[in-house]
Amino acid sequence: MTILEVLGVSKSFDGFLAIKRAQFDVKKGEIVAVIGPNGAGKTTLFNLISGVLKPDSGKIFYKGEDITGLEPHEVFRKGICRSFQIVNLFPRLTVLENVRLSILSREKRTWHLFKNASNFYEKECDHILEQVGLKEKKHIVAGFLSHGEQKILEIAIALGGKPELLILDEPTAGMSPEETSRCMELISRLRKELGLTILFCEHNMDVVFGYADRIVVMVRGETVIQGTCDEVRCNKLVREAYLGVSDG
Amino acid sequence: MVAMKGSRRILLAMMVGLAFLPLFAPRFYTYLISLILVYGLLATSLNLALGYGGMFQFHHCVFYGVGAYTTALMITKTKLPAVLAFLAAPVSAALLSLIFGIICVRLSKLYFGMLQISLGSLVWVIVYRWYSFTGGDNGIHGIPIPEILASTKGAYYFTLLITSICMFILYLIVNSPFGRTLQGIRDNPTRSETIGVNVKLHQLVALIIAGFFAGVSGMLFVVVDTAVFPDMLFWTLSLEVLIMCLVGGWFSFLGPMLGSAVILTLRTIVSTYTVYWSLALGIVMSLVILFLPNGILGFIEERWGRAFK
Repeated sequence: MTILEVLGVSKSFDGFLAIKRAQFDVKKGEIVAVIGPNGAGKTTLFNLISGVLKPDSGKIFYKGEDITGLEPHEVFRKGICRSFQIVNLFPRLTVLENVRLSILSREKRTWHLFKNASNFYEKECDHILEQVGLKEKKHIVAGFLSHGEQKILEIAIALGGKPELLILDEPTAGMSPEETSRCMELISRLRKELGLTILFCEHNMDVVFGYADRIVVMVRGETVIQGTCDEVRCNKLVREAYLGVSDG
Repeated sequence: MVAMKGSRRILLAMMVGLAFLPLFAPRFYTYLISLILVYGLLATSLNLALGYGGMFQFHHCVFYGVGAYTTALMITKTKLPAVLAFLAAPVSAALLSLIFGIICVRLSKLYFGMLQISLGSLVWVIVYRWYSFTGGDNGIHGIPIPEILASTKGAYYFTLLITSICMFILYLIVNSPFGRTLQGIRDNPTRSETIGVNVKLHQLVALIIAGFFAGVSGMLFVVVDTAVFPDMLFWTLSLEVLIMCLVGGWFSFLGPMLGSAVILTLRTIVSTYTVYWSLALGIVMSLVILFLPNGILGFIEERWGRAFK
């Protein structure tokens, strides 16, 4: 079953065509990687899907429903949660509060004015933090975590939204090799345990070919090809445009 | 947890002290502490928008002034009972805050602050110039308030009671899911959006609440001082209240209240020696920014745990 379908989506900034008729789909339960050189438009593509940016043309369907141009908070409620490439969390709140906020928002409890927030969703927060391995740090202020831990917390915040589709923008950026493999193990475990569908972009080719079911290749704003790892590896266009240039 | 209990004990002791204070303190000090409470409440309400909401509400005093004028005008110009005049203050302030909020909330950071100052100054000009209605730059003096509140002591107890109730409500709000969401928005509005929070709407509601309690403190000022004047809506007072938040600690709930105590006490003392009070204020402000970036209470919390959270 197709969970996400991107159909001919374009986006330009001041005349610069950042995304040109991007086209791909994600099936339920898959891990799909988006690869491409810097500036290929991967992050822009994710911003378009999650509603941070609005496409100029084209359509985005989620579970058969048109979600083109929805606001970010509406997209979140549909079950699409994302993490960011550059660490993007609530630095003055504790780890626990970071996750709790996301659950409060999901459950539409942010309008309670007189109840104590500390009484909400303690168990679910603990559960999520345990899944990602941050439970011992739950009372630490998020801004004081290490970079790797902050990236993991990013994922934990996204999990607070009970997503079906998790979009991860370079989840392992800036991580050491050990952290990277731990993070990717976590992601593939989450897919199994929670039945998630995962769309992510990544520069590390070992990670991409090691974990992705299918790969979308972007070059200068265009989705050149979508296919399995083998198909992508053998594709001539990809070799020329991307793999030949980098370390692959 | 132990620190928590300790801080509660300190707070309780302070409340008891405040309750008995007018029985032995000279009238002037009773009056001064009433003012500290009034400005403390005002600063705390500002801090809901500023410290918790991350919105640069540069001209918060407008809501305070409008609240005060509402009470003053209703008492002097109508025959309605004073209770209604008291209740009308926060309502009118909240309404104005709603209007300002709708206009300002679409902007962020400094632009929000600049637009807020401009709108507030418009209200100030109206109050300042509309002699027939507001009394212009003379203001309104000798406002007859109910007899039971007219004495310094009566006004003090009324102020203490209302301020305590308001502070308690604000404390609840700050620690509620709404309060947390607001802090999240302060830390990271974009991320808040992507976890499903309607950022602008939450900010607007926070502004309305802040305006509401500013209106309450305006009403209290009328009770304490039996006068209103256009300076209450002038931007320099807003700046002073902003400084109270910064000096006391804008990331601590009781910081602004402490800031009010520090600034008003200093002003009272310094003003008896020199007319250059603002010079002293400037020095205090610079010292705080340089050495206590999180304010006095922020510093204490860092040193001795989050006792006053």
